[in-house]
Amino acid sequence: MSSPEQWTHPEPGVAPAATAATPTAEQVIAGLRATSEGGAELVQLLTPEGERVENPEFDKYVADVTAEDLRGFYRDMVLVRRADREANALQRQGQLGIWVPLLGQEAAQVGAGRALKPQDMAFPSYREHGVAWCRGVRPEELLGIFRGTDNGSWDPIANRFHLYTIVIGNQVLNAAGYAMGQRFDGKVGDDDGEATMVFFGDGATSQGDVHEGFVWASVYDAPLVFFCQNNQWAISEPTERQTRLPLYQRARGYGFPGVRVDGNDVLATLAVSRWALDECRHGNGPVLIEAYTYRMDAHTTTDDPTRYRLSDELEAWKLKDPIERVRVNLIRHEHADQAFFDSVQADADQLAAELREFCVNMPDPPPERMFSNIYADPNPQLDAQRDEFLQYLAAFSGGAH
Amino acid sequence: MATPVLNKTSAAQAATQTITLAKSINLGLRAAMEADPKVLIMGEDVGKLGGVFRITDGLQKDFGEHRVLDTPLAESGIIGTAVGLAIRGFRPVCEIQFDGFIFPAFDQIVSQVAKLHYRSQGKVKLPMVIRVPFGGGIGAVEHHSESPESYFSHTAGLRVVSCSNAVDAYWMIQQAIRSDDPVLFFEPKRRYYEKGQLDLDAEPYPLYASRVLRRGDAATLVAYGPMVKTCLDAAAAAAEDGTSLEVIDLRTLSPLDLDPVFESVRRTGRLVVVSEAPRESSLSGEIAARVQQECFYSLEAPVLRVTGFDTPYPPSKLEEEFLPDLDRVLDAVDRSLAW
Repeated sequence: MSSPEQWTHPEPGVAPAATAATPTAEQVIAGLRATSEGGAELVQLLTPEGERVENPEFDKYVADVTAEDLRGFYRDMVLVRRADREANALQRQGQLGIWVPLLGQEAAQVGAGRALKPQDMAFPSYREHGVAWCRGVRPEELLGIFRGTDNGSWDPIANRFHLYTIVIGNQVLNAAGYAMGQRFDGKVGDDDGEATMVFFGDGATSQGDVHEGFVWASVYDAPLVFFCQNNQWAISEPTERQTRLPLYQRARGYGFPGVRVDGNDVLATLAVSRWALDECRHGNGPVLIEAYTYRMDAHTTTDDPTRYRLSDELEAWKLKDPIERVRVNLIRHEHADQAFFDSVQADADQLAAELREFCVNMPDPPPERMFSNIYADPNPQLDAQRDEFLQYLAAFSGGAH
Repeated sequence: MATPVLNKTSAAQAATQTITLAKSINLGLRAAMEADPKVLIMGEDVGKLGGVFRITDGLQKDFGEHRVLDTPLAESGIIGTAVGLAIRGFRPVCEIQFDGFIFPAFDQIVSQVAKLHYRSQGKVKLPMVIRVPFGGGIGAVEHHSESPESYFSHTAGLRVVSCSNAVDAYWMIQQAIRSDDPVLFFEPKRRYYEKGQLDLDAEPYPLYASRVLRRGDAATLVAYGPMVKTCLDAAAAAAEDGTSLEVIDLRTLSPLDLDPVFESVRRTGRLVVVSEAPRESSLSGEIAARVQQECFYSLEAPVLRVTGFDTPYPPSKLEEEFLPDLDRVLDAVDRSLAW
């Protein structure tokens, strides 16, 4: 009765008929709850207060998680956040042209990233610094994109982490094709099977490529986990501008399961991601996960959220901080002492210092780099253009001008 | 590049056969699929139906549904998933059913297909082919007769080629599939049923090379795809009047291979570029600019162009007026000679 999908089709006799333009008070409240709390179907294993709650469906996917593992996730999130804050500061100090903060989305990304197995493939959007971390891509390797020295420096094949895709939604189709290939290669069907996970945001769900990705993955039974981080904002536009329906429910229309998980809960995200990847590697893909989270900082360093959202919204989400709830849980169960937290903080500070050192010493690329690796095979015409330009540049170096 | 891809099935047939351009691409695809199990065909109606032009006829039956994919009806999906398959190690050959339907895939082609090799500094290769039946002259409705090649030759990272005859079609499609770069392969649909003598034992001409098809000394005609036949017909007609025209088939549109054109224009002093595409910001303009730069002192007349007009492709009752034909080509030749 209280699910917003009934805004347009209320069950007869249960609620007064309403159109989207004139919802009933009950439907407005249901909609607000769905967008501010995640709704009744939100999978949560750790409350914002750090309390472990049971979930009969998903508990088994994290039954093997030890205290040491949980400390590891805590460390992951703290380090990822520290690197993110340092990069943000580096932009403010003119060392980066732009930065795309992930603040607030650490649990969604570490939960998903740690669920991936080595043989799995991941296709990120451009805010997936936490997933990158889990795939062994160092924060330093992300900087070139934002400093303007390259368009992505890591090896996407070796890391099994594709390069950042900036055009919204493009990577969803690329991932669908890759997952089709895993299936064509016969790598799907048992515990050792392969799967692919693709990351995109709530804004991207309006893109045609995401719709086509849903269609393609479903009709080819591709082992693809669609991991949508609903961080509530696509730059200035709220999720309500993208959808009438909770996003995870879209999966039903395409014929595969959709789940909404508390994206600020690393344990729940890990459990749901493991389940989804297992479904895929056993041939039951695709699956849609909506990780319900919040972009606590601006869209990028060029953005000004004060123009479009209220600060008390941010204050409300601070109470659901993804790192704090793990810290509280570790303390409550005496799984970590102050020495542990101090050591993580020291590691984070060292990571940040190394990142800063690396960033400020990054050399500018040489002019000929512009012309390199455009084609795999030789291109004499382009080579001639490069040579002409380099000769032109060389004329200055002799002091002739 | 010059190594022929032969297979026993094809080679067992008569070494030289009379064949249509359409059948030639079909045989070329077959040979490529036999040579490399990673080659996939994907597109709308390419399987059971064999494509609306029957270019992929019989391939799904012989190679299976896992090699010849009837895809959902979404062009961005075809290209976007082919990118992922290529990253995975496959060599997808995508069919865009008609030229005017490529635009839903334009984003994927320009943003991903063209740029992934550059973005990854060579770590990711995209060995994929995008086949596009293009050009007019078949009496079709809107969106079925366009010449969008300049959009793609304007985009760094893509290779763009166009075959004009059955012999080239057989070899060029195989060379394009073997290329580690993404290739836009423009097929002259109004010439699909033109026949040629295909010699399977012949040494294929390189893919990224233009080619002189007819020698002459009075003026040079340059064309690609469907207009090559128009130019050859024009040259034959001019020869009857005692005018000797050279005809060059560009074959590769990006990168352009203009050395044979420069060499020709230095001899003839006159150039007419012929293309169905609209004139503004087109390949014909690029060729004219480069020829005047390289052959400035050899030119006896300005480079002239015979092209489609700067209009949308018109309703088919007007396409005879829109499309360059023998008379318009010879008119341009006359103007060049009279300069």
